[in-house]
Amino acid sequence: MEDLEQFRLEVRQWLEANCPESQRQPMPPEEQYWGGRRGKFASEDARLWFERMRDKGWVAPEWPTEYGGGGLSPQQGKILAEEMKALRCRKPIFGLGLWMLGPALLEYGNEEQKQRHLRAIVNGEARWCQGYSEPGSGSDLASLQCKAEDKGDHFLVNGSKIWTTKADQCDWIFCLVRTDPDAKKQEGISFLLIDMDDPGISTTPIELISGESEFCQTFFDNVKVPKENLVGELNQGWSVAKALLVHERKLMSEIGSDSPRQVLVPNAAAREYAEFVDGRLADPELRRRLAEYDMRMQAIGLTHFRTFEEKVAGQRSAAPLIMKYAGTEAEKQKSELLLAIMGSRGLGWEGKEFSEAEIDTVRNWAMSYAMTIAGGTSEIQLNVIAKNVLQLPQ
Amino acid sequence: MALVLNEEQRALRDAAHDFLASEAPVEALRKLRDDRDPLGYAPGLWQQMAQMGWASIILPESYGGLDFGFQGLGVVLEETGRTLAASPLFASAVVGASAVLLGGSEAQKEALLPAIAAGELTLALALEESNHHRPTRIATTAVASADSFILNGDKCFVLDGHSADKLLVVARSAGEQDDSEGLSLFLVDRQASGVTCTRTHLMDSRNAASLSLDNVSVAAADVIGEVGNAWPVLEQVLDRGRVAIAAEMMGCALECFERTVAYLKEREQFGALIGSFQALQHRASHMQAELELARSVIMQALSVVDDSPEELPRMASLAKAQLNELVKLVSNEAVQMHGGIGVTDELEIGLFLKRARVTMQIFGDSGFHKDRYATLCGY
Ligand SMILES: Cc1cc2nc3c(=O)[nH]c(=O)nc-3n(C[C@H](O)[C@H](O)[C@H](O)COP(=O)(O)OP(=O)(O)OC[C@H]3O[C@@H](n4cnc5c(N)ncnc54)[C@H](O)[C@@H]3O)c2cc1C
Repeated sequence: MEDLEQFRLEVRQWLEANCPESQRQPMPPEEQYWGGRRGKFASEDARLWFERMRDKGWVAPEWPTEYGGGGLSPQQGKILAEEMKALRCRKPIFGLGLWMLGPALLEYGNEEQKQRHLRAIVNGEARWCQGYSEPGSGSDLASLQCKAEDKGDHFLVNGSKIWTTKADQCDWIFCLVRTDPDAKKQEGISFLLIDMDDPGISTTPIELISGESEFCQTFFDNVKVPKENLVGELNQGWSVAKALLVHERKLMSEIGSDSPRQVLVPNAAAREYAEFVDGRLADPELRRRLAEYDMRMQAIGLTHFRTFEEKVAGQRSAAPLIMKYAGTEAEKQKSELLLAIMGSRGLGWEGKEFSEAEIDTVRNWAMSYAMTIAGGTSEIQLNVIAKNVLQLPQ
Repeated sequence: MALVLNEEQRALRDAAHDFLASEAPVEALRKLRDDRDPLGYAPGLWQQMAQMGWASIILPESYGGLDFGFQGLGVVLEETGRTLAASPLFASAVVGASAVLLGGSEAQKEALLPAIAAGELTLALALEESNHHRPTRIATTAVASADSFILNGDKCFVLDGHSADKLLVVARSAGEQDDSEGLSLFLVDRQASGVTCTRTHLMDSRNAASLSLDNVSVAAADVIGEVGNAWPVLEQVLDRGRVAIAAEMMGCALECFERTVAYLKEREQFGALIGSFQALQHRASHMQAELELARSVIMQALSVVDDSPEELPRMASLAKAQLNELVKLVSNEAVQMHGGIGVTDELEIGLFLKRARVTMQIFGDSGFHKDRYATLCGY
């Protein structure tokens, strides 16, 4: 306990000394640094901040030091995150490599893969995207068809992936491919790492209802992938895929507390956009909805804490498995509440008549509908709870 | 903050679970009901509970208490919620004891707490005067005369009131009907002259009473806390009660849910176990999600009572509102998912449904607590 308090003090001092003032302001999405060949720092300060964090090992605080991580315990990692939040330090880098692939590689990768890819992620040299879904395989992911044929010294990949977020900006893609067409569907899948610069790969963007076109369809046409890029055993990729999904869902369950946009917060928005009489929100319906939302977020926040404490105490509960569902549904609840609070000012799409925050809030509302679909839909989450927690007959 | 149970609390939970399963299963409540038991609980059981220290869990050792705090109390109450065990534990050892502990003089504490801890003395809080929880809407009057007070008024929904040895009566010595100022707390013997205490028969077959006070004289020495300034203590007592009843409700919801999930795995229709139907699976999974969220809220609320009382008002309202909605959801779905047998008296699920409805009214329904939470959040 005392050691942790000491650690907290050191962290605070280090952050205060090393995090430039400009990196302690809310971050507009366009200033995020995602690394990779096309990654750009928004400012010299952003570069400095990233490099200092990288050298300290705190880009990936809980990864082992031999792969460029900080070697921190979960408790220390939590303290670092809390102190960064308290000082409003920006995240030095973003990315699926850091959040999803890295943890999966730590578990399933071989030594060479860990040395190569984990370091490249931490150093900001490689940006990753996720090649799971296909046009015909969404919720039923295991039915995927994109195939990789064994050609002796390499795999030959043919097929397409869809919803590959920012594929056109990425250096690498981690892909689920079919390596045994005759096996039962989960048993013929392998997990491959593919260099996006390989000949035969192309991407086309897809526009979403939020107006963004961050998403692509990615095509593979006779792409040669070296054998060393297979993670885990051949035809055992489904286990790797599931382990990675655990990280993805955990991330998505925390989405609301950490939105990159300048979106409004319901409580504050109510003060700005709704009528108060004698210090009290006048519309009883809005007031009730706001209280319900705040209660929900408090319950979700406490459940995140509980999950953490259980992990530290070596106890297990069903809490982690419900969080993607609860967290993303609460995000929709919030975005609908914001629109209700803002009234017609919550309808603006673009132009100078609306503030940036208003437009971001509206666009985030549209985006909130993607969150209960991406990473496994809410219905699929409920299926998983029914099967794995309640063990209901299938 | 402690969101996981420690070794000691787990042991307490397991012991409570085993004890209640054998000594106070749900059939015990049914028997009290069917026998029209005048007391409404088994005194022998209550003595056993007291011997195990349950009546003194939250009391300091100096008053004969176990000093396990609310986190210890919570695990026991959760288990009593699972078997719907009837006893004065909540009314006397939680609400009554808290009022004396927080508001009483040293002499009162020494006189009352050890007896409460031993299960020899039971208290009940006589607060409500209308059909909704309105803790400051008090019309019962207390008029000072020499070294005593004269009480007049009517009370309802006095939990375990008909069997309590003494009543903690909230009465007004000053102020208007809805003022929080001007309230006082009086310790009144249930047998005192002018007190008429009538047992009411509620759907959950547990025990509550209505009370009429007709020129009841109370000695000044029997005022708990400051005359006219009972509200700060009373509010804290109510918040502790809200958290405690929420812990009981958690047990009630869990038991009801687990029984329902078990039924989904056993009942066959259309040649399949009904638990294989996705329409039911999704509803069950949704309940699991709500149970997990409620679990975190309860754990936090209990630890707030022990460790950071300044956060108690908001946490108590969160916990009570959350558990109100949870027991409603789970008990309703439990009945529906059992089909026809779910609405028979023979199946115990109906007893959970009824207990859920009563607990939802204790110390504030969802509307009350959402409103209070909003106010505490500044809107
Ligand atoms: C914003 C966003 C980003 C994404 N990013 C990526 C990415 O980077 N990489 C990637 O690989 N994928 C990505 N995805 C894809 C995502 O994983 C899929 O969209 C998701 O798994 C759902 O698949 P689908 O879209 O084909 O819907 P479908 O599976 O066709 O689902 C349609 C509807 O049917 C329901 N349904 C389907 N099966 C069942 C069932 N068994 N029981 C009950 N209901 C069912 C679903 O819940 C849904 O309501 C992204 C998606 C979004 C929206």
